[in-house]
Amino acid sequence: MPDPRIRLTVNGDPVEVTFGGHKTLLEVLREDLRLTGTKHGCELGECGACAVLVDGKPALSCLILAQEVDGAAVTTVEGLASDARLHPLQDAFLECGASQCGYCTPGFLVTARALLDRKPKACRGEISEALAGNICRCTGYIQIFEAVERAAEKMGGEPPR
Amino acid sequence: MSTPDNLRVIGKARRRIDGRAMVLGQTQFADDLSFPRMLHCRLVRSTVPHATIRAIHTGRALAAKGVKAILTGDHFPIPYGILPVSQDEHPLCRGRVRMVGDPVAAVIATTEEEAIEGALLVEVELEPLRTISDPLDALDHPEPRIHDYGDVGNVHKKVAMEFGEIDAALAGADRVFEDVFFYAGNTHLALEQHATVGLVEPDGKLCVWSSTQTPHYVHRALAKALEIPPHLIRVVACHNGGGFGGKSDPFNHEIVVAKAAMLTGRPVKICLTREEVFYCHRGRHPVLMRMKTGVKKDGTIVGMDLETLLDGGAYGSYGVASTFYTGALQTVTYAIPKYRFRGCRVFTNKPPCGPKRGHGTPQPRFGQEVQLDKIAVSLGIDPADLRLKQLAPANSFTANWMRIGTSGLRACIESVVERSGWRERRGRLGPGHGMGLAVSTYLSGAGLPIYWNDLPHSGVQLQFDRSGGVTAFCGAAEIGQGSDDVLAAMVAEVLGLTTHDIRVVTGDTSMTPVDLGSYSSRVTLMMGNAAIQAAERGRDLIASAVARKLDLPADRLVFAGGRVFDAQDPDKGVSFQDAVILGEALHGTLGTTGSYKPPPSPARYKGGGVGPSPAYSFTAAVVEVDVDPRTCWLEVTKVWIAHDIGRVLNPILARGQVEGSVYMGLGEALMEEQAMRRLPANLSGALVHKMPSMLEYKSPTTLEMPPVDTVFIEDPDPNGPYGAKEVGQGPLLPMPPAVANAVFDAVGVRVDETPITPEKIAKAIWERDHGRDPRCGPASFPSIDWPEASKVRTPAEGGDGTASNEKPRKSKLLASGFRLAPGSPGAKVEGVQS
Repeated sequence: MPDPRIRLTVNGDPVEVTFGGHKTLLEVLREDLRLTGTKHGCELGECGACAVLVDGKPALSCLILAQEVDGAAVTTVEGLASDARLHPLQDAFLECGASQCGYCTPGFLVTARALLDRKPKACRGEISEALAGNICRCTGYIQIFEAVERAAEKMGGEPPR
Repeated sequence: MSTPDNLRVIGKARRRIDGRAMVLGQTQFADDLSFPRMLHCRLVRSTVPHATIRAIHTGRALAAKGVKAILTGDHFPIPYGILPVSQDEHPLCRGRVRMVGDPVAAVIATTEEEAIEGALLVEVELEPLRTISDPLDALDHPEPRIHDYGDVGNVHKKVAMEFGEIDAALAGADRVFEDVFFYAGNTHLALEQHATVGLVEPDGKLCVWSSTQTPHYVHRALAKALEIPPHLIRVVACHNGGGFGGKSDPFNHEIVVAKAAMLTGRPVKICLTREEVFYCHRGRHPVLMRMKTGVKKDGTIVGMDLETLLDGGAYGSYGVASTFYTGALQTVTYAIPKYRFRGCRVFTNKPPCGPKRGHGTPQPRFGQEVQLDKIAVSLGIDPADLRLKQLAPANSFTANWMRIGTSGLRACIESVVERSGWRERRGRLGPGHGMGLAVSTYLSGAGLPIYWNDLPHSGVQLQFDRSGGVTAFCGAAEIGQGSDDVLAAMVAEVLGLTTHDIRVVTGDTSMTPVDLGSYSSRVTLMMGNAAIQAAERGRDLIASAVARKLDLPADRLVFAGGRVFDAQDPDKGVSFQDAVILGEALHGTLGTTGSYKPPPSPARYKGGGVGPSPAYSFTAAVVEVDVDPRTCWLEVTKVWIAHDIGRVLNPILARGQVEGSVYMGLGEALMEEQAMRRLPANLSGALVHKMPSMLEYKSPTTLEMPPVDTVFIEDPDPNGPYGAKEVGQGPLLPMPPAVANAVFDAVGVRVDETPITPEKIAKAIWERDHGRDPRCGPASFPSIDWPEASKVRTPAEGGDGTASNEKPRKSKLLASGFRLAPGSPGAKVEGVQS
């Protein structure tokens, strides 16, 4: 069977890629498209490090076969900034110290982005709930919560409670 | 020139210099590296916990598609290990496997999939040996020996030391409290799985890129195990995706891919699976401990007698140091006038234990702080007051000759007592609600290096170029703690620049001066001091040139805001770039160095090398818990913590270290456990990891993390850079005992072991309801045949830091082990076997 070939949009760019049919979206992103910003921590869907947005919704790229996203729009951490300008979440992560080792950061960023797209004034409880599938071993999460709240503020939502 | 009163960088909330790359996904972790013609490596691992290797058949695998080479133990005759006294590992096993997961062969193939397929075709004939499963098993069964070295049988190391007449002190005490505690093993669970790429660079030299906290020690291990002159090897520590101690050993896979790259002439990469990371481990030792503490009626401690039994797993790792650490710091928090410590580490056929955040000290800290709570309750004294009345004083020596400098422990306790409402609220929160308090201390760097030498522990080199650029070079490894930012901050402060003006190059053994590594909370203090020295030397060179140009005395010049100017007439000055140009014109190419070596310790008895530090941090914490009366479900609802940090260098990063430590400490307190189980006999009876996945090895998520009230106590320590002490490890230590003490306050029962689960609380309540001791925990401590203790008179007894019954020790200072034998180049590297 020949290797599959799919067309999709990655971070706004149209992409055609051919790859081994067994490969996950995570593997195709990292190995075939060289977008290594998306990380792996378990490859079993347990840690959230591999989260990307598929058609705007957070998805664990280690659990998705790349063939499943034919025609979809995929956003990775590399696609958050617009031109040279950081996304408010990226800026807030820097400001609030929400990245220590940075390995979980891409997964947190895209998951938080999906939350704020859906709910610009998310409160602490909603933020915590939305990020419960992302493991961070460094920060204790509090500075991540603060960063998401700060970003929400910058993006024009009311100051969250 | 900057004084503590007018610091411009230090103490200010700053964005870390490596943060931008992290939020853009541009940070290069080891597994993000890719090179042309790169091959992939998969290790074939033992499925049996203890066995003799009869044969390894590689023919079928070698014939498989894509397989380029297969390595076995025959390629690696030379052992290595992190400690000179425990050179007990081979990159691939030779003759014997000692745990499930021990690597026996390496398959090198064109793709990762082909390496995995090839590995399935390697046939390994193993003849099982009796398995040593736990410490009691190891003490009862000296045979078969897991290693042919160590104290006796399967005992790796026994240590015994006595500071003053402890038996007499306990005999004279009004009350003696004796408790047995158990602290479970747990693992680092850094989110990044270990990855390494080995390659031969265009100049013919070996290069290894790796997720390691200790590039210098990996460098040494490679030189030794591969018999290559060390100057022909380069190790680069990639930005680590979390370490916590789990990337501090040189690892077998690092040496294997280096060798494979040399054999194939192509880059070779390995990235471990999460399951393999669980088996690599080197995490927290499970420790059983017996603690006897004698007190007067008013609670004053007259002496403490501590025994610890460590389950070391299959290899030495840092274990000898870990064993000493279980007894090193009890005296640093409280004035304990007489003290005895005896520790024993055994080998078992399980993943090896090593250093995890707090290295060897959280376990006895748990016992000590829970026991103090019991003493306070028994004597009717407030647990905070019991501690406050007998803190080890600042600027003093402990009974075991640790030199304490500054101590903010009193202020820490007072802060959390005040902020938590401890006096008003403890014991009055109603059934199922409770508060617990605990304190701790930790090192700001170990006083001695891992191998004996007389060299600096950290070196920093600065390059000034005529663009005004300053580049700082240091061997320290960035593991997420922010060491690159600390380096930039030190240099920027001295030179009047911002951190974002500075470039840093770190963790590269061919480009940077040695720093021993990111462990024992040593980097900020040691690298920081070296950086200040290098920067001040550079500043003085530049100042002399500017002074000549402006016709001013050099000591009137201020370096601030990117300028160098007259303190008395700030308009008179030059830009920093012009100042560097003046400096280069006067002195030639500008570069400076700085070095740091800790002060010598007065602890000169055997084992006294573990515990001394240039400065100790202190922490106090109060936690509040809810325990559901029906299910015993335990929830931590709030944490108050105060940490004596000496000086805060960057409040954002410092708070992140405290909250991260609280988080990890709560994980250990509530749920984390590196548990092993035995498969049934028809499945080989192997000792396997109970839950080698992140789903089953529970760690706290966002939903378990309580609010944390963090306070810093700042009393600058003269040994710290701008007075700073550590913050990355100490704040973890009080969490498990504080939770245990809060559970007692909530429901009146004791859980004397970690993790403190609902099941254990329920069991303790059940015991109480049936008229028995209301506790859950280990019943007894085994009888161990201890060696005669080193007898050391305490400072109060007029001792001199040596043991009266030890032979004087020979100086080992020059045995660096990193030199070439005569006749180099190409000569063999001498091993370190001290």
